[in-house]
Amino acid sequence: MAARFLWASRAASHLRISVAQRGFASVVLKDLKYADSHEWVKIDGNKATFGITDHAQDHLGDVVYVELPDLGRSVSQGESFGAVESVKATSDINSPVSGKVVEVNEVLTESPGLVNTSPYEEGWIIKVELSDAGEVEKLMDSDKYSKFCEEEDAKH
Amino acid sequence: NQSKFPALSVFRSSPRFLLSGPCFDLYSKGFKMSISRAPLMNLVRLKGTPILEQLHLEERLLRASTDNWCIVNDGTNVPTIVMGMSGKPSQLLEVGPVIKDRIPVIKRFTGGGTVIVDKSTLFVSLICNKDDVPSVQPYPRSVMAWSGSLYGEVFEGVDGFQLRENDYVFGDRKFGGNAQSIIRNRWIHHTSFLWDYNVRNMAYLKLPSKVPQYRLERDHTEFVCRMKDYIERSDFVEKTVKAVGKQFAMKEVNIEDIDSYAKGEHVKSTRLLTMEELQEAMASTSQSA
Repeated sequence: MAARFLWASRAASHLRISVAQRGFASVVLKDLKYADSHEWVKIDGNKATFGITDHAQDHLGDVVYVELPDLGRSVSQGESFGAVESVKATSDINSPVSGKVVEVNEVLTESPGLVNTSPYEEGWIIKVELSDAGEVEKLMDSDKYSKFCEEEDAKH
Repeated sequence: NQSKFPALSVFRSSPRFLLSGPCFDLYSKGFKMSISRAPLMNLVRLKGTPILEQLHLEERLLRASTDNWCIVNDGTNVPTIVMGMSGKPSQLLEVGPVIKDRIPVIKRFTGGGTVIVDKSTLFVSLICNKDDVPSVQPYPRSVMAWSGSLYGEVFEGVDGFQLRENDYVFGDRKFGGNAQSIIRNRWIHHTSFLWDYNVRNMAYLKLPSKVPQYRLERDHTEFVCRMKDYIERSDFVEKTVKAVGKQFAMKEVNIEDIDSYAKGEHVKSTRLLTMEELQEAMASTSQSA
């Protein structure tokens, strides 16, 4: 747990954002936005970077493959644009906001495990040019997302 | 405390009362009973349907339908190799013999490993809305725990059945290959059960680089076993339908009526590999040899 908080702190420092320490729960970074399908998004002007959250990677298990979209492809909020494979399962990755894919993390092709070890930093998945900045308002902040994860886990 | 309306009481300690077709399972504790309708599951029985067609159907029902589905396919028509989404033929197949013998190779939409299936394979696929199986989180290990429990009922009394490192085994021998796909609010868990198999067909498959620990470097013929040595074919199918029927209200649906259940466009990722792709795989194998 201490090791996880350490990498989260390093990631947060690099991203210049603060960390919410949630005890034994998964790590949630403040200043990111979150979708209810467990993707995070960092907005930088009219660009957004996505990945899956620490909660998601923990529940998915070891990621052995990431299916990345083509450059230039359009993505729509709430819809699938790719997938990860873990424990014999493909799991959709859904886009937290709409836009056009301008960069994909090719490193994940050779090192899919980065999604597990560094979900908010080296495990980023795609970057898009936003088509509707207003969509970000529909996403959860870190506090709401933390609560959402706790409620989801408590049901099972 | 006897409720005035026992059928409407909350049943605390065993809250499931299932309506399954015309049959009722009644649980009572004291004088309290309750009725809650089980979610519906459509049952499709196929026989000899080509595995590519079955997988296309499954992908369509997962993505373009909102119903729960149980698909049972009694054998496929010709021996076919089926790889998971991330499978690479050069790593998983003896590509030369596969090309020479013209064995079809499919890449399916779910994860997991490589199987070779034929007329003796039995296929069971379960597609569920996550809200209809509320005890299961839409993540691979949670789905597998549920399916392992379901098949535990099917194989009750059969010695040695267990879910072992995500495989269905009798003892230390695998008899079913399973895989999953999880989308926003639904998931599929499908299995190809090795009722019987041709040893010669196993020779088309390489030993994969990632294997479960219990495999212990055994080759295919030492690692797998035939389900027919453990249970009757019809018995297995009916026990599976019955086990599913304990959690869902089953309704038989004819394949001809599927169009009314699944409308609209959807992502299609299951496909047959082309001869060019297989030849490229063979070339890359030769280069790295």
